[in-house]
Amino acid sequence: MTTRDEVLREAAAECRAPEASGAGTGAVHSWDLSTGVDGPGTRFVVFTGGCPLRCLYCQNPETWRMRDSRRVTVDELMTEIEKYRRFISVAGGGVTVSGGEPLLQPAFTGELLHRCHELGLHTALDTSGFLGDRASEALLADTDLVLLDIKAWNPRTYRALTGGEVSPTLRFARRLADLGVPAWVRFVLVPDVTEHEADGIASFVATLPNVEYVDVLPFHRLGAAKYESLGLPFPLAGTRPPDPDLVERVHAVFRAHGLRPR
Amino acid sequence: MTTIAAERATEQSAWRGFLGTEWRERVDVRAFIQANHEPYEGDASFLTGPTERTREVWERLSAMFPEERRRGVFDVDAATPSSITSHRPGYILRDRELIVGLQTDAPLKRAIMPNGGLRMVEKGLAAYGYELDPTVRTIFTEYRKTHNDGVFDAYTPEILRARRSHIITGLPDAYGRGRIIGDYRRVALYGVDRLIEAKRAERRRLDEQPSSADVIRDREELAEQLRALDELKRMAASYGFDISGPARTGREAIQWLYFGYLAAVKEQNGAAMSLGRTSTFLDVYLRRDLEEGRLDESGAQELIDDFVIKLRIVRFLRTPEYDELFSGDPTWVTESIGGMAEDGRTLVTRTSYRYLQTLYNLGPAPEPNLTILWSPRLPEPFKRFCAQISVDTSSVQYENDDLLRPRYGDDTAIACCVSAMEVGRKMQFFGARVNLAKALLYAINGGRDEMTGEQVAPASPPLTGDVLDYDQVTAAYDRTLDWLAATYVDALNVIHYMHDKYAYERIEMALHDHPVMRTLACGIAGLSVAADSLSAIKHAKVRVIRDETGLAVDYAVDGEYPSYGNNDDRADRIAVDLVESFMAGIRRRPAYRNAEHTLSVLTITSNVVYGKHTGNTPDGRRAGEPFAPGANPMNGRDRHGMVAAALSVAKIPYDRARDGISLTETVTPAGLGRTREDRITDLAGVLDGYTDAGGYHMNVNVLDRATLLDAMDHPERYPQLTIRVSGYAVNFVRLTREQQRDVIDRTFHGSL
Repeated sequence: MTTRDEVLREAAAECRAPEASGAGTGAVHSWDLSTGVDGPGTRFVVFTGGCPLRCLYCQNPETWRMRDSRRVTVDELMTEIEKYRRFISVAGGGVTVSGGEPLLQPAFTGELLHRCHELGLHTALDTSGFLGDRASEALLADTDLVLLDIKAWNPRTYRALTGGEVSPTLRFARRLADLGVPAWVRFVLVPDVTEHEADGIASFVATLPNVEYVDVLPFHRLGAAKYESLGLPFPLAGTRPPDPDLVERVHAVFRAHGLRPR
Repeated sequence: MTTIAAERATEQSAWRGFLGTEWRERVDVRAFIQANHEPYEGDASFLTGPTERTREVWERLSAMFPEERRRGVFDVDAATPSSITSHRPGYILRDRELIVGLQTDAPLKRAIMPNGGLRMVEKGLAAYGYELDPTVRTIFTEYRKTHNDGVFDAYTPEILRARRSHIITGLPDAYGRGRIIGDYRRVALYGVDRLIEAKRAERRRLDEQPSSADVIRDREELAEQLRALDELKRMAASYGFDISGPARTGREAIQWLYFGYLAAVKEQNGAAMSLGRTSTFLDVYLRRDLEEGRLDESGAQELIDDFVIKLRIVRFLRTPEYDELFSGDPTWVTESIGGMAEDGRTLVTRTSYRYLQTLYNLGPAPEPNLTILWSPRLPEPFKRFCAQISVDTSSVQYENDDLLRPRYGDDTAIACCVSAMEVGRKMQFFGARVNLAKALLYAINGGRDEMTGEQVAPASPPLTGDVLDYDQVTAAYDRTLDWLAATYVDALNVIHYMHDKYAYERIEMALHDHPVMRTLACGIAGLSVAADSLSAIKHAKVRVIRDETGLAVDYAVDGEYPSYGNNDDRADRIAVDLVESFMAGIRRRPAYRNAEHTLSVLTITSNVVYGKHTGNTPDGRRAGEPFAPGANPMNGRDRHGMVAAALSVAKIPYDRARDGISLTETVTPAGLGRTREDRITDLAGVLDGYTDAGGYHMNVNVLDRATLLDAMDHPERYPQLTIRVSGYAVNFVRLTREQQRDVIDRTFHGSL
């Protein structure tokens, strides 16, 4: 089994890895159709490969490393997306680029969002914001909605939880507000680990007029089997999902700041 | 006053305020609806909850359900073969019921109907500890032949072999075929005397024709229909109602209509005894009552609630084997709701809402099988209300009104799960289904059964070689399917000839026009297994493992193959080709009474039994494992979510499977959205998208696996937990353990 330190060193390396060579090519783990989960309506979701963070509660450890992903061109993805364009336009929805961390591959992600936008599809970017500085103005102009994970408020908690720093995410959030890019903030509620972070996040988010909702996502352990099959320890194996009372208390914290948790 | 003049006077007062003329001159309920219905584009806020009275009646019944569940049946009358007039009036709470009438003289007491087959009756009785009355046995063995006896007199050895080996299963050769919808609305609109008059006119036209075999049979059938209409009047009279004239109020309209339906379920234990499309028809009466001050909204809802209570307790005596095929005691009291009219107006009315509201007022329930005829053009508030009902109760199903209307018009209803028919004009000969996956194994094995080794299909050289060759397999498969189609149609022709002869649906057919249009409704099971198997043979390497007699008994798949259910044409095209070629095979064999051949891709819950009787398949499925239900992709092989799976199914052309293509989707609440509002919006969007893509039918379950697991362990806590299976809904706790497992093992779409 790999230690946490090894996992974090690998994440740092992931962060320094160059984006796939060749224009319009990216490292993609998989794609899926989802409804009501990755932005509004029914969405074609591209899961890019590679992530600079190693969140303790991560449910998709199989997407951590770029080298475990397939090389896929934007053209190939557009061919696949085309099969759903009509459905999405009738049903309501769009395309979401998720991961992994899509901003690990800003050129690829930017082109994908641009091509979808050209087709008139609603676009969403699902990101931790950790690499928000890599998102160009053009990329954000092609993004209709950002699903922004703010995993913790206290820098120490953030570091312990993710292996990274919280400040880039907050900087990115502010930039999105300045640009007026609509955002849904996502906060994974883990008993003890993140429950005391809500107030700090809420007071910050309350200053961002572009944030439409705060999605409070209760921690769950359904990804534990993936860790086992990858030979990785699941750090939160002993942590329980939050009970409904705690979820409601955290909702109340966000509401108290004038936000719309759900 | 002459009789005719008196009749006309009654009509005048019963029809006060109604518009239109065509429907007055001839029996034509559609014309009446078109001239009088008031589309409702508003939302559900006008609806009311259950009244004290409704609660009281429903609670009286609910208290009986646990006992019924425990024993399998609550009670049976084992001495009285059921007919329209066989039983004295029965009540739940006599002075509290608004709409009256039961199948026997007490609620939940089942009747015996030996005309379909005596063995079925005896086995059904024995299973629950009852014994058939000896006189009845004598009558139906020594004096009166049954449908079941007739069929087995005319089956060929080949049919018997195919039936025994389960390549053809579920045939209605020992029970009522069902799937015939009488136009019960006619009873309310016209009264029985006028219907008798119309039937006599049809008969007179037949009397002018030479007495050929066909004409003689039609004359005899019309005579039986007339007799049944007379019995209908007598049955109603036993409850104190004279239904010879048209209904004068909403309450009478519901009561008259229900008497028509009740007569049908007293006379026939058809597999599916569907109701039709009644809500918008009844709305005309309820609206008039509201305008005349006879009713308020609560009173209108109360009538519908009471009617639906009656529909919820339709019962038939079945055998355990039957329950294994169609589990959960279904009766398919299917009611089609909504849809659009040909002129672009919606057929949604306030009473469409009232029917759906019963799922709140009385709690979720599998029956009546409420079926939404969906079109993206339906009023938005109605779409949202339907989606809300699915999110809250998982109790309704959806069929594509935009496919139905151009083909059959806007007075079409669904019988059973997915079978469309123009109400009162068309009927079908129900044909269960054949096992396409097993047929593939027969092709590989030269016609021998993979489980028994028996030669079932005509002997042909089995495929040799270690690895299956796609072209060789498809050539052999085509030959097998041709044989299967011919044998199958032969079996159905025998069955329906005998059913007409020995168990004719007198009252249901009395509520149809003559001549009636007929379809021969064939069906297939195992589509996804067969398609994936062919895809594996084509795109991967499938090695054959044979036993010592040379029989191919297992397969090893090397490499990956595209599977059906991922919106990938490489696999989906195979499924489409299979449906098209089997349909072509069916058409080559003439059908009894010149019926039009149709095909369904529907299994109901028989996907479990089919799987049990089918060996290892080249797609990697293990022997005995259930098939996917209906046209669903195999469990776990639809890897790209609910929408990708739905779009694969939508590729199967409805015009090659006009008896319907069934898709059952189970999604977790979180898999539709974060909030209830989002879930409603998103589900309505998915239904719009699927309908727009040409998808025909969708069952929607919004459920967590954890809920179902808990219900398996604590059934007493979930008496009304309802889930959609292929084409109908069941109380989850009434499924067999095996079927519960199958439901839980199926793909649940949605985020973790």
